[in-house]
Amino acid sequence: MKSLTGRCVAKLGDDVNTDLIYPGQYLKVTDPREMAQHALEGIQKDFWKDFTPGGILVAGRNFGCGSSRTQSVASLKAVGIQAVIASSFARSFYRNGINQGLPVIVCVDCCGINVGEDVVIDFDDHSVRTGTVRLPIEPYPPFLLEIIERGGLTNLGKEIVSGRYQL
Amino acid sequence: MGQTIVQKIISRKLGGREVAPGEIVLLSPDVVMAGSNTAVMVIRTFREIGATSPWNCEKIVVVLDHSTPAESVLTANAHRLLRDFCSQHHIRLYGEQEGVCHDLMIENGHVAPGMFVAGQDSHTPMYGGIGAFGFGVDTSEMGFIWAVGKTWVKVPETVGIRLHGAIPKGVFAKDIILSIIASLGSDGCDYRAVEFSGAALPQFGISDRLTVCNMCVEMGAKAAFFPSDEIVMTHARHKHVDVASWVYPDADATYEKETSFDLSTLEPVAACPHRVDQVAPLRELANVAVHQGFIGSCTNGRLEDLEAAAAILSRRHVHPSVRLLIAPATRRVFQQAVQRGYISTFLEAGALILNAGCGACFGGHQGILADNEVCISSSNRNFKGRMGNPNAAIYLASPATVAASCIAGRIVDPREYL
Repeated sequence: MKSLTGRCVAKLGDDVNTDLIYPGQYLKVTDPREMAQHALEGIQKDFWKDFTPGGILVAGRNFGCGSSRTQSVASLKAVGIQAVIASSFARSFYRNGINQGLPVIVCVDCCGINVGEDVVIDFDDHSVRTGTVRLPIEPYPPFLLEIIERGGLTNLGKEIVSGRYQL
Repeated sequence: MGQTIVQKIISRKLGGREVAPGEIVLLSPDVVMAGSNTAVMVIRTFREIGATSPWNCEKIVVVLDHSTPAESVLTANAHRLLRDFCSQHHIRLYGEQEGVCHDLMIENGHVAPGMFVAGQDSHTPMYGGIGAFGFGVDTSEMGFIWAVGKTWVKVPETVGIRLHGAIPKGVFAKDIILSIIASLGSDGCDYRAVEFSGAALPQFGISDRLTVCNMCVEMGAKAAFFPSDEIVMTHARHKHVDVASWVYPDADATYEKETSFDLSTLEPVAACPHRVDQVAPLRELANVAVHQGFIGSCTNGRLEDLEAAAAILSRRHVHPSVRLLIAPATRRVFQQAVQRGYISTFLEAGALILNAGCGACFGGHQGILADNEVCISSSNRNFKGRMGNPNAAIYLASPATVAASCIAGRIVDPREYL
């Protein structure tokens, strides 16, 4: 995967926890289409309604802290978020993002990205670019990039079980 | 080159070769824990991968907790699906009557010192209290592990925390870890393993160590450990699990950061809404009225926690404006609490006893708060909306503080009641 392009649909602050991203009263929902309706509801109900599909979410420090609930990543994917760029991630959200095939990009200076801007995430150049800025990002270790490129562990698992990939 | 506890556990699983922080390795868990209604997504992933039977059914434990007994058709159907799957594959299942996942894993000896455990719940690192390396995974990863039997682990750096000094009366493990979190911050140990050491360790019983390691997650930790000293060894022998006496760091282990805390200077505290690292001494919160109290959760729902609460509630009464919910962590804890008279004490005091389980902790089942209400809780998170209502506020504290505050109707220092 060389690069990814999308529009910044929202810019969130520091310490956005997973109770905000996906509140606990909806943990009983496991259907992705229904999950989508509760994405970011802890911040604001129907926050996602103005998102264009393929959008990119930008956030500050410690994004995704708290519970490691699957739906915190799955609901964002279900509303069409293509990637999350944050100045830092809580380890559980970072791991879950990779494992569910949602690119999670560590970019310390991502406050330089504005809502509405088109963003290019370049995995070869290890950078994030908008019309105005070029920001360095932490490169993925090779194995994690393989998981992301395949769209997550489910797809990697299929290749392993069918013998097409040797772990 | 010396290794820290987490490096040694990983190294041992790889046949003894040393590992360095930052390395990505593939490990096969010694045991995995899946559960609550969301485990249906584990089954979904497992089936989508195309596996027909799990890699090793004897290494899987499934627990129904969080929303038990079922509060909705969705949850009830999820529980049924899990029951059927576990029955079909002969997988150990703890049903609705049993209690909280992590406490069941430890109580029943599924987790032993030196093990690597993956759990479908973020508080899995609490197994480090007895020297096991565990972290939380989501349902897609759990389904992958069920199919393939391995997962990737990035070797973390380790932060060393040395504890010394005598713990003052009325200061409990929860107060200690909240004070540490206040000092290091909610992302202060992000992706780190935390290792506790120091002369104060003998003052921490197993339950205290579990509370501390549980809460380390709230400063971002990937894992947290107490070394295998005599207290852990006694616990392991009692549970008939393999006694791994080697779970301690090498003398020349390298730490990213080392810090120490003098426990003798601590006082009872509470984490204030809506952040776990926003901690204040109770004397600054004296006018905060409370409407609900909760004693329970994987953080503080064990017999020792109920004992501390019973000591305060004995011959006293819950304030008429307050509901005090008490959820024993497991059925066995519940039974023991009955035998010791704690449950009677709670009922006489006017508390409400919940079934063994997660109770009011996560806002999806019991004890939802009304608008503008304040809850004081022995659980682990006080994020906005955590207990089901974004228009309510949560303070986190020790079970003793919760009990005392529910008598007074406002946040008080439990030492006034001891």
